[in-house]
Amino acid sequence: MTDTAAPKTTVSLTVDGRSVEATPGDLLITACERSGSFVPHFCYHPRMSPVGMCRQCIVEVEGPRGKSLVVSCMTPVADGQVVSTTSEPAKRAQEGVLELLLANHPLDCPVCDKGGECPLQDQAFSHGPGESRYVEEKRHYEKPIPISDLVFLDRERCILCDRCTRFAGEVAGDPLISFTSRGNNTQVMTFPDEPFSSYFSGNTVQICPVGALTSSAYRFKARPWDLEQVESTCTTCSVGCRTVVQSSRDELVRYQGVDVESVNWGWLCDRGRFNFESVNSRNRVHSPLMRKDGTLVETTWSTALDAAGRILRTVLNDKGPDAVSIIGGARGTNEDAFAWAQLADSLGVTARDAQLGDGLPAEVFALPQATIAEACASPTVILLAPDLKEELPVLYLRLRDAAEKRTTRIIEVSPRATGLSRYAWKSVRHDPGDQPRVVSELLSDRDVVDQLSRGNVTVVMGRGNLAESPEFTLLATGAVLAAVPTARVLPVVRRGNVRGAVTAGMTPQRPDADTNAILSSIAAGKVECLVLVGADPLSDVPDADLVRRAFASVKHVIAVDTFVTESVRHAEVVLPASAYGEKVGTTTNCEGRVSDVAQKITTAGTARPDWMIAAELALELGVDLGISSYPELRDTMTSSIAAFAPAADAKAVRGEGVLMAQSAPIRITATPRSAAPRLTHQFRLHVSRVMYDRAVATNESPSLAPLAREAAVHMNSGDAQRLGVRDGASVRLSSNGSAVVLPLAIDDAVARGVVSVPFNQHGSDIRQLIRHDVAVTDVVVEVI
Amino acid sequence: MSVPSGPRIITSRFDVADGHTYAGYVRTGGYVSLRKAVSSMTPQQVHDEVKAAEIQGRGGAGFPAGTKWGFLPAGVHPRYLVINGDESEPGTYKDRLLMERDPHQLIEGIVIACYALNASQAFLYVRGEMAHAQERLAQALNEAYASNMVGKNICGSDFSVDITLTWGAGAYIVGEETALIESLEGERGMPRLKPPFFPAVKGLYMQPTIVNNVETLANVPYIVGQGGGDFKSIGAPTSTGMRMFAVSGHVNKPGVFEVPNGVTTFRMLFEAPEYCGGIRNGGSIKAFIPGGASAMWFFPEHLDMALDKPTVDKAGSMLGSGAIVAMDQTTDMVAACWRIVRFFARESCGKCTPCREGTTWLERVLKRMLDGHGRPEDIDLLFEVSESISPGIAWPPRQTTICPLGPSAVSPIASAVRRFRHEFEHYIEHGRPIDGVESPFATHLASHA
Repeated sequence: MTDTAAPKTTVSLTVDGRSVEATPGDLLITACERSGSFVPHFCYHPRMSPVGMCRQCIVEVEGPRGKSLVVSCMTPVADGQVVSTTSEPAKRAQEGVLELLLANHPLDCPVCDKGGECPLQDQAFSHGPGESRYVEEKRHYEKPIPISDLVFLDRERCILCDRCTRFAGEVAGDPLISFTSRGNNTQVMTFPDEPFSSYFSGNTVQICPVGALTSSAYRFKARPWDLEQVESTCTTCSVGCRTVVQSSRDELVRYQGVDVESVNWGWLCDRGRFNFESVNSRNRVHSPLMRKDGTLVETTWSTALDAAGRILRTVLNDKGPDAVSIIGGARGTNEDAFAWAQLADSLGVTARDAQLGDGLPAEVFALPQATIAEACASPTVILLAPDLKEELPVLYLRLRDAAEKRTTRIIEVSPRATGLSRYAWKSVRHDPGDQPRVVSELLSDRDVVDQLSRGNVTVVMGRGNLAESPEFTLLATGAVLAAVPTARVLPVVRRGNVRGAVTAGMTPQRPDADTNAILSSIAAGKVECLVLVGADPLSDVPDADLVRRAFASVKHVIAVDTFVTESVRHAEVVLPASAYGEKVGTTTNCEGRVSDVAQKITTAGTARPDWMIAAELALELGVDLGISSYPELRDTMTSSIAAFAPAADAKAVRGEGVLMAQSAPIRITATPRSAAPRLTHQFRLHVSRVMYDRAVATNESPSLAPLAREAAVHMNSGDAQRLGVRDGASVRLSSNGSAVVLPLAIDDAVARGVVSVPFNQHGSDIRQLIRHDVAVTDVVVEVI
Repeated sequence: MSVPSGPRIITSRFDVADGHTYAGYVRTGGYVSLRKAVSSMTPQQVHDEVKAAEIQGRGGAGFPAGTKWGFLPAGVHPRYLVINGDESEPGTYKDRLLMERDPHQLIEGIVIACYALNASQAFLYVRGEMAHAQERLAQALNEAYASNMVGKNICGSDFSVDITLTWGAGAYIVGEETALIESLEGERGMPRLKPPFFPAVKGLYMQPTIVNNVETLANVPYIVGQGGGDFKSIGAPTSTGMRMFAVSGHVNKPGVFEVPNGVTTFRMLFEAPEYCGGIRNGGSIKAFIPGGASAMWFFPEHLDMALDKPTVDKAGSMLGSGAIVAMDQTTDMVAACWRIVRFFARESCGKCTPCREGTTWLERVLKRMLDGHGRPEDIDLLFEVSESISPGIAWPPRQTTICPLGPSAVSPIASAVRRFRHEFEHYIEHGRPIDGVESPFATHLASHA
């Protein structure tokens, strides 16, 4: 006999004659599916709370009180249950529900995007009665209607499963769609004059079990049976969501989220989901370009490589390796960055940086690290980061979920309210430059001390303000690590593969060789040749004055890119690069997880992967990097860089991916200090990114480009009242001898004394006020 | 015809002109039980009296109220009492009269119940259309607060309770207790799933919640005043106390009657001069609904059955919320069936598939028959669709739905088709009802013939 006092950790039940073990609290439907019995269902989704609305998953259960029909998505497993998914009563009930679901369904499958991959269609065949006896007139609605810029709704096809509405409220926290009317007239609808403008709206299209929700980017683009697909990793931001990349006739047509436990749970943000359009853009650089009479004209690879080689050789010979700098690498794969770092090493070029003065010092990756899952399982998360909903949207979903489940308390310290503020346990505003002081104060608050003692503490830290030195967040993080020695850090850099590029060696190899230093050296005439590897400093470096001076005086620019960006326009030689979906490799997300990116389509024109260009250029310069194929490159990388060693096995980087190896963590030893307080008549500037900006992948995606807003100065209503300025009025912001004029937006998310301006938006460029060597940016606001 | 008699318990002030005012209520013995409870009884003693009374809930399910009160998990606070005044089933109008004519009795019952349950907050949810009842309750509640019968330190004791009035927005489904809770929380009135949302454990705001019917609580002052044993001695041992029945349809004097529970028969209600005084025009009963629109129908052979819960249950129907509808020999059963099914189709909340799609389908098939476009296979189709909503079409109904609304639409079809199949067949064959019944639809069609 077993000891009955010990709590049972599993229950045993029988499903269709097979015995299954399950954990108490599991739902019957998951136990059935694990045992190999598929239960038809529509409303049930493993990542959302069950609602038992469609009633399709009815099974027969034999319990102490005899047999009964139960809804398996709402019934917990119990010891000794005898379940039949195919008994006569269960089958009758399943067929009955399917017939009812189809009664008002238009059956316009031949013209429906979902036809061929439609759960309703598939289950009507597998579990339906075969034919309908419904002869009455079906429901009619106008079809389809746009419910946002990206999503269309066909209410005739809708089976009211509550998946999209549940997702919007429960997962995204944007309850902008809901049921209206009742009974047979129930329909999913937005609120009057409020579109479904969620950053996550594409997920509703993916989880819709019928063709009721379609996306503007994919509508009528392909039929599912014409799709080819491969699993990959999104590199739009550094969350690294797993995706399926789908193409038809060698053109990308759709990304879908893949459910991996450690990262994205199947979700994607709309930016990552729909920016595949940019890969197909006509504006891609299809062949090498060379400057001729002031304009860039098409040329051949051999001519272009020859020209690039000549430039580099001349500068290296005349001025030495310190006259050459390389910026970029974070938009490519780990292997791309590794090949470029190898090239730089062989040439002796030490000034190289994958970040554009808008990130974090590379040492943050050497602090004690937390994974996304560990962060979301921590009782306390301290958020010293940008607005994750805008910058790392799926990490926002994960942290929001942790906060909503009441397992995690978020302490946020930021100059303005963010998407996570309403879920935070404490959300504290501060003046830019004052974060270390505010954090130190919080750390001595009795409630906070109590909270910090409840288990793991994770600091999610990033570059929350581009008009402020990253040093302050580093010092604030140091204060937490000093107070809670066991605390760990999740560094949230924005650009896709910063961490991989830094690890691969695309990071300054000596002090004063980061992007800002490189640009200063160029402006001072010390650097003559700038190599851009998928980087656009003119658009991305916060200090606009510096980067403009540098580009005005730089002698040679060699660019490797997919588009002719602002910066690429200054190049003498442009080498076309393969884009996402056109090349294989691995990428590294913010937590250091290495996973693969896959090639799905033929590259545009004669474009090549970055690593191949590095190898070719090396040969041109008489250096053999020893790379002649991708597998060779990967072997070299994983064997020469210890952090990438776990990624040596090609299988390891599929699916969940694999965490890179960590070396012993460093500590932050600097004493926290804060910037001088601002003068009372001034405002302290906060500049941060929003999801839709003028980034090239957004701008070149027709679905997303219109979503970028005009820049505006966001100011607290109290400050606006004090200045006597109305919403929409033009105001002049001046600082550091420059000024910009922008419309005012009254926004109480911003702390008093702070003005917040989004980065890289249409309209006047706020970067004109930012200086990389000024720790905080104080501005005077004048009404004009 | 002699009928069993009993005291008028909850309708005793229906004839008192100012019975709805505080003065009138107190003059006629009101709030004595509340004073007694809070000054000389423990909450457990109050609970014990209600248990001893064995009063069955008057909302429809007939579950013993005292037992239900015992389901609250010990020591979990806050806990709530919710009073279901969303009486909306066709033919049901007893709670409305209780709220209009004797609002203080209900308030007293609520406060005593809260005392017994250790609850300090009650929510009284009144159907949106009952404007008069709402006014009366609001006035009465103000008076009760002013007289310290509700609010802080009631009658000088250390017991405090607040009652919040909420008006519905006109949805029958909100009479279902979990949908009512959703509505109270400000959500769409759609039922929750049981399990896990048994209100006594996870109810309003996920806290333990008791949901009681208006009539049930209106009896509480009497039970506490006279003792549970006294209440139990009235009526039948299996159906205690006095009970209100709302009779409508083809009777001479429709109305609400408080009768001894379990011993009065349907025939007495229809025929006794004290009650309905006979079938209209001296006619005879063809069928009647014994307990609300969702109940299986009864026929002449059931007339002498007592209004006793176990007896009626055993005969394959229910007393439900006490709405009795009489249909005489001139009734078009197809039309009657359609009218009831239409009600449920219109009131379906739309949450679950079988009810949303099934009830509407049933309604359309029946309407098509009435319009003269019935097909021979439609009778089987009615049963097939019903089977998808309520497997086995049995009583008590099983359901593929979340709540019992869907199966409610099956009862009239099962009753009418099984007993009057020839009337349906006649419609299908001739496009009109059998001779001798009145149907507005047939008249309409005949004029086009």
